[in-house]
Amino acid sequence: MHAELIADFQRVSPPLKLIVDTERLKPFETDAYISHRALPLCAVMPDTESQVVDIVKACSVRDVPLVTRGAGTGISGGAIPLANGVLVVLSRMNKILEVDPASCTARVQPGVANAAVTSASARYKLFYAPDPSSQIVCSIGGNVAENAGGVHCLKYGLTVHNVMRLRVVALNGEVLEIGSAALDAPGYDLLALMHGSEGLLGLITEVTVKLTPEPQHIETLLAAFPSVTDAANAVNGIIAAGVIPAALEMMDKMVINACEKFMSAGFPIDAEALLLIELDGAREEVAEQLETVERVLRACNQQEIRRAGDDAEREKLWKSRKGAFAALASISPDYYTMDGSIPRRCLPEVLARYQQLSAEYGMLIANVFHAGDGNLHPVVFYDATKPGELERSEELGGKLLEVCVEVGGTITGEHGVGIEKLKQMCVQFRDKELAMFHAIKAVFDPAGLLNPGRAVPSLKRCSEWGGMHVRAGEIPRADIPRF
Amino acid sequence: MDTIIAATSARIRDAREAKTPLAIHGGKSKSFYGGAIIGESLDLRPYSGIIEYEPKELVLTVRAGTTLVEIERVMDAASQTLPFEPPHYAEGSTIGGTVASGLSGPRRPYTGAVRDFVLGARILDGKGDDLRFGGRVIKNVAGYDISRLMTGAMGTLGVLLDLSFKVLPKPVEELTLRYDFDEAMAIRQFNEWAGKPLPISATSWHDGVAMLRLSGAVAGVKAARLKLGGELVAHDVAKLFWHSLRDQRDAFFQTVEPLWRVSVPPTTAPLGLQMPQWIEWGGGLRWHRGVADVAALRAKIAQAGGHVTLFRYGDKAAGVFNPLQPVLTKIHRDLKAAFDPENILNRGRMDNF
Repeated sequence: MHAELIADFQRVSPPLKLIVDTERLKPFETDAYISHRALPLCAVMPDTESQVVDIVKACSVRDVPLVTRGAGTGISGGAIPLANGVLVVLSRMNKILEVDPASCTARVQPGVANAAVTSASARYKLFYAPDPSSQIVCSIGGNVAENAGGVHCLKYGLTVHNVMRLRVVALNGEVLEIGSAALDAPGYDLLALMHGSEGLLGLITEVTVKLTPEPQHIETLLAAFPSVTDAANAVNGIIAAGVIPAALEMMDKMVINACEKFMSAGFPIDAEALLLIELDGAREEVAEQLETVERVLRACNQQEIRRAGDDAEREKLWKSRKGAFAALASISPDYYTMDGSIPRRCLPEVLARYQQLSAEYGMLIANVFHAGDGNLHPVVFYDATKPGELERSEELGGKLLEVCVEVGGTITGEHGVGIEKLKQMCVQFRDKELAMFHAIKAVFDPAGLLNPGRAVPSLKRCSEWGGMHVRAGEIPRADIPRF
Repeated sequence: MDTIIAATSARIRDAREAKTPLAIHGGKSKSFYGGAIIGESLDLRPYSGIIEYEPKELVLTVRAGTTLVEIERVMDAASQTLPFEPPHYAEGSTIGGTVASGLSGPRRPYTGAVRDFVLGARILDGKGDDLRFGGRVIKNVAGYDISRLMTGAMGTLGVLLDLSFKVLPKPVEELTLRYDFDEAMAIRQFNEWAGKPLPISATSWHDGVAMLRLSGAVAGVKAARLKLGGELVAHDVAKLFWHSLRDQRDAFFQTVEPLWRVSVPPTTAPLGLQMPQWIEWGGGLRWHRGVADVAALRAKIAQAGGHVTLFRYGDKAAGVFNPLQPVLTKIHRDLKAAFDPENILNRGRMDNF
């Protein structure tokens, strides 16, 4: 059967780039969830939508599962190949088809890098707002599949808020046109359903994104605090004062120290927490907001406020945030980044719980995250050379996510479930809700060939894991509504 | 409230058994909209009240039967607002109906639609099962986005119970400018402005008059006003104008002639339909009033990349909503069956699949 499938692929016209030998398949054996890997039957790299249609039809006829991959930057393992399946790599479909300044939209192929859309729009003073930290590499198709966020989503929204239209190849080879160049489309909101569907419902072959006018003026501030609670209070205070910053990021002491050691960022070393705040808009409006923010920061025991005087200084401040993960590697070579999301008011409580768990497991945890929208990225350090440490780090990571669910939050804010958080899906959702997810998948993919086993756990697996989890709606702290 | 949920769930199970359709409603302010109403009344108004609202979180959780008036009163006290400026149309309209209809007001192109602000939904599906999707946090990608799928589904996929929204601070300053523009000029100017970093929050054109609303911080609105010319409209007059447009109280909308909701890419040139017209949403929404050949109208608008809804009045027999691409029709039917196997929830309210 394998040979027949390869023969099908070889008949595709125009000729399809096909990878079958183990050595050349190696680079594709994992995405950025590098602790797990598998070699696919083969990888195909289409250049056109019609090739994607042929690939899907060939797999569908022969009942062979497919996994779609863009740039492979996902960190929940959703694009790791299946040993019995085909890997469809969309990175060659990387053309920007159109930038239309009149309608503030761009039409792009799925393999286009996120940052390339902004680069192509810059001459019209427009930009593509969602900016995941991997934006130089990560692809738009992957951004849609994961509903990617970034540091500017509190103000500018997630991918789902910035995409107008998709072309999607369904499992039967038909091309679905979802969304519209108008502000709405008839029927159910399938556009929302496709966002964050992690490659389980179809293969995205074209994306029309909304572009945003560049703000006239930007102010970037760094504020240091003697405690995490003070910093968290400042975050809530800024928003309570009616200011929606373009970005509002927090770093804890471990991250501050790592940045200091790694790139001499010049941070106050006695600070327990730092906030990076960006304001944008009309010059006069930003000036007004700046005053408000500085007043809030002073009321929250700030130790120091630094304001970027120009673009170079702004770059420098952002470098410390964006380089934080690289800096953390100087603490320990192996670490594991989580992605829970919580109501913002629970920040101090949740961070304290993390420290308790850190002590319990004897593993360090650092925090650098999107404070403005309550999206946490705790980093768990482990040593892969010690037997069992990876497994323990994953167990601890799972506990950290369960704390998020307990306070009314969610197990993933922007990284997706993939293969990484299947167990925690059993904590967040009950059997009937999971069954509904499976029913929706069956509408698009009755044979279950698109990225099977990812994103939504089977009910059987949840019940096998049931010993350590709460079942039948008996969730911890049942007083907190869960939806 | 638990007894209401239990009773509603039991009613759905009975209806499913008996295969009798249920017509879900709140204040009936939008009963004119969508396919004909069939079945026994399922009144969600008793299921009302704000469940959680902490302004600092920018998140509101509310029961579906709560009126927009009540929500706006509470949010007003905290200087916050539902950013999609939901139309009321009549007294007593509820948040459940707002989400089910998926209709947004004048602010939509500049701040987002109702679907953009929905964070979570608790629903009863067509089997009476109590399901919770999404959450009360701003970022959440666990599971398919079923709460957004409920938006605009006309109650055909589930009875909405609890709904969570992202909310925003109310703009401190607001002012409206008036221009004498012809249609082409208005469309061109609206789109040109939309490509610039201006605090625009609404646009309207009708009968040679364009209106532009600016909202935001005092300084930002003042600065923009200087760049934009136009004639300043008195605050009270402007407020009344936008409320009236949001709720379609102007005589243009209050007629017995069919009212067509024509949704097109905002840059679309004047359509040249021989019917009176009102333009909103920066050119993206073009209301037309009059008798028309539906098929021909839909074909013409499809050419422009848009779609046509028979919004109000007129003969619904030719279809209220624009027909779907055939492959999408099957997906719609199958989704409906997944949520509501016996087709008892708001049967036929979405009439295009």
